[in-house]
Amino acid sequence: MGKWTRRGVLSAGVVGGTGLVIGIAVRPGNPTETAGHLVTGKGENLLHIYLKIDDQNRATAILPHSEMGQGAQTALTQMLAEELDADWDLMRFEEAPADGAYANMALGRGYLFAGVNFPDAVVPTVDGLVLKLADALGMQITGGSMSIRSTGQYFIRAAGAAVREMLVNAASKAWGVPQDEIRTANSRLYHDTSGRSAPYSEFAAAAARVTPSSTPKLKKAGQFTVMGQSKPRHDIPSKVDGTAMFAMDVKRPGMVYAAIRRTPVAGGTLLRLDDSKARAMSGVIDVIKIDALKASGMLGAYSAGDSVAVVADSYWRAEKALAVLELEWSTKGKEQVSSASIFEQFDRDITAGVNRLVDVASGDADAAFDSATTLLTADYRVPYLAHTCMEPPNATAEVTADRAEIWIGCQNPLGFRQHLAANLGLDLEQVTLHNYFMGGGFGRKSNADYALQTAIIARRVGRPVQMVYSRAEDIKQDFYRPAVQSRFKAGLDADGKLIAWQNTYVDKHEPAEAPLIPYAVPTQDIGHVASPTHVPFGAWRSVDHSQHGFFTESFIDEAAHAAGRDPYEFRAEMLKDKPRLLAVLNRVAQEANWGRPMEEGRGRGISLQESFGSIVGQVVEVTVSGGKTWVDRVVAVIDAGYAVSPDGMKAQIESGIIYGLSAAMYGEITIEQGAVAQSSFADYDAIRMHDAPVMETHIINSGAAMGGAGEPGTPGVAPALANAIFDATGKRVRTLPVIKADLRSDAEASPSVAAVGA
Amino acid sequence: MTTFTLNGEVRTVNTDPETPALWVIREQLDLTGTKFGCGMAQCGACTIHVNGRAQRSCITPVSSLEGASVTTIEGLKGADGTLHALQQAWIDQQVPQCGYCQSGQLMSAAALLAENPSPSDSDIDNAMRGNVCRCGMYGRIRSAIKQVADASFYDAMEGNQNG
Repeated sequence: MGKWTRRGVLSAGVVGGTGLVIGIAVRPGNPTETAGHLVTGKGENLLHIYLKIDDQNRATAILPHSEMGQGAQTALTQMLAEELDADWDLMRFEEAPADGAYANMALGRGYLFAGVNFPDAVVPTVDGLVLKLADALGMQITGGSMSIRSTGQYFIRAAGAAVREMLVNAASKAWGVPQDEIRTANSRLYHDTSGRSAPYSEFAAAAARVTPSSTPKLKKAGQFTVMGQSKPRHDIPSKVDGTAMFAMDVKRPGMVYAAIRRTPVAGGTLLRLDDSKARAMSGVIDVIKIDALKASGMLGAYSAGDSVAVVADSYWRAEKALAVLELEWSTKGKEQVSSASIFEQFDRDITAGVNRLVDVASGDADAAFDSATTLLTADYRVPYLAHTCMEPPNATAEVTADRAEIWIGCQNPLGFRQHLAANLGLDLEQVTLHNYFMGGGFGRKSNADYALQTAIIARRVGRPVQMVYSRAEDIKQDFYRPAVQSRFKAGLDADGKLIAWQNTYVDKHEPAEAPLIPYAVPTQDIGHVASPTHVPFGAWRSVDHSQHGFFTESFIDEAAHAAGRDPYEFRAEMLKDKPRLLAVLNRVAQEANWGRPMEEGRGRGISLQESFGSIVGQVVEVTVSGGKTWVDRVVAVIDAGYAVSPDGMKAQIESGIIYGLSAAMYGEITIEQGAVAQSSFADYDAIRMHDAPVMETHIINSGAAMGGAGEPGTPGVAPALANAIFDATGKRVRTLPVIKADLRSDAEASPSVAAVGA
Repeated sequence: MTTFTLNGEVRTVNTDPETPALWVIREQLDLTGTKFGCGMAQCGACTIHVNGRAQRSCITPVSSLEGASVTTIEGLKGADGTLHALQQAWIDQQVPQCGYCQSGQLMSAAALLAENPSPSDSDIDNAMRGNVCRCGMYGRIRSAIKQVADASFYDAMEGNQNG
């Protein structure tokens, strides 16, 4: 591989995961010439693409990730401050502009080189490559639980350390003393023998002309003073007094409002539109038909179908007028498609096994099942899920013939900007995107459909437009966590040992390892068949782990019970060669007081899930009474290698657990006559205060490579819940959501009891 | 024409009388701290105080506010800018993640404490069950309410804090 040089592109080629051959881009030594104008104001010096220092000695982290609640911006700032030896009180952050200079390679790396550990010496070269690729693909993504473990670990810390060295270098020249006699602390430089000292700001301009080292010296974990501390989040004060700015809070001069409705059957077209009543209503400015548009997201591109928007002088008037439009949509021949027909299709395709692709094949499955003394089979099913971010998709846009400007909250600002440019027929430079706090993202806001709809409306109206989805539109026009069926077969030998594991499921997306199990089962046959539907799907917090975590950790529990074994001990015995996983499992059992007897009607269940580089163990305790399930308590343990902000990590894990629990208990999007049937929190509810469990989260700093925190809490809660319900009732929940399962005891379900209950 | 007091100031608006207060407050009166979440009183993001009681502004016709005293999240602070005890507790407990629902959570909690300065867990459940938080910060919200409960008394009618 080539050397790290000042500029230019080396001739070596590398084949990336997409099959593209990319020249190894060499990251320029100092980006201030190309990016300085984007991010600096008066009195500010950009010292590194991720860091500027102003004349008051305040240092600002410029972060290529969006804030959707996860708090990563504060944690990334901690990483920068740590290596910079900065005074925490002088640190702040801002989000990077949607510019190629800030394309992030976090997901690029993850997607192209998943599971590959690079030797440190190669990292700069590979990063250069991925930087180029990320730029080309328009990646500036927040997702994949990547911010800290990739951007932070590989780039932000290096930026802080490099700038510290640059400041030392500049001071050394000015003071005429050797660099190794200068020390740094609290955003100041010190030369102790001469008694000189100066704030960083004094040398910021000189340091900005120094080329950063590509191998700055990073601190070791034992030296951290800012990392590892639970620093209060910088964004929180603005989120308690109403001043935090979300995209919907933007107001442009002369702005009007749009309400929108897209075809109920995904991909459908508008056959007939009568807008005469709507146009006659007061305040209505225009009714606009938007032809099928391309919506691209992290998991693919779709034709999103036609939509209609009403533009009015207030959002309320726009919504009212939208309601009286007479609309007729094509159903694309999907009017017979229902959730029932979709699951019938899955069942058929799994049984047929046509073109089954194999994830794992070890040992001879047929022989293993032949030799087994106990066989176990089960089919698991999960429904489609919507994201229901608290803030529905919305955007504000001004678009002319040769310019577009958009105010939005999204998970991929650069990608959105490119999507707009491509679909509006503009050059990238003609599109400006301002990104705001997101009121939840969870994967939904990585799809640019709502940005493009807004821009098209704004261009047609010729004035600034704010477009807002109603809650019904949000639920009906999502990119859903797919519905999935997964079929299992397990074989146990005479000693109750699990000797064979077979699994076939429909449709594989990301991450590839989601269906795999960590347990030492000698014979494994895990594979999948394609069974596509017309329902759009996308990334949903923890992506494929959200379904496979439920499937595999429930079925392993079934195997334990079939073997007559304790589900915790059964797992532990198969993890002898996986010390990190075993340590998490043991710790969560210990913290949850596993084995302590429980009252009648109560139960506890355990799960273990590795995802996004982190290992999470969970124990759920439930009470089941009269067929109703109460989740009393969730104990979680996470090993993410190292917690940069322990409180932030706990908040993320607990958030992920509630998100997963909402889905496991209540979440179900159904398809009727080809369209989504749900439309509000009344028929697509979430966990609320009165049914939220008590939670506790314990952190293991194992020192292993850093993992993510935003998603790993989610996959393990559904199986631990279902396992707890089995412990309480003897009934196995194999189809989510739990609320649909009949969990009444025989006595409770008997006609006499039912009559009394009625 | 509807005239009411908003965060201590008399305001008059001229709009369709059935327009929900949420949109009047956000679009015409430019106070954007009150959030749109569902438009059907199912999520609580739009909660305001009307004469001291928590109310979902997304289904409150503006005409019903005639003569009323209305407080939004922007008016929860004291007149001197001091944070309401709950706002400080929200910071102390690091409650918000995305933060979008928190204006509504705070307004519901403030109305609860105004009426019941030392709520039980089930009182908190009942007062807060109308407020969805998709980031799932219910445990922290409960801790923050308890931090303030008993410690002070909030007068929602006056929009300030006593004792």
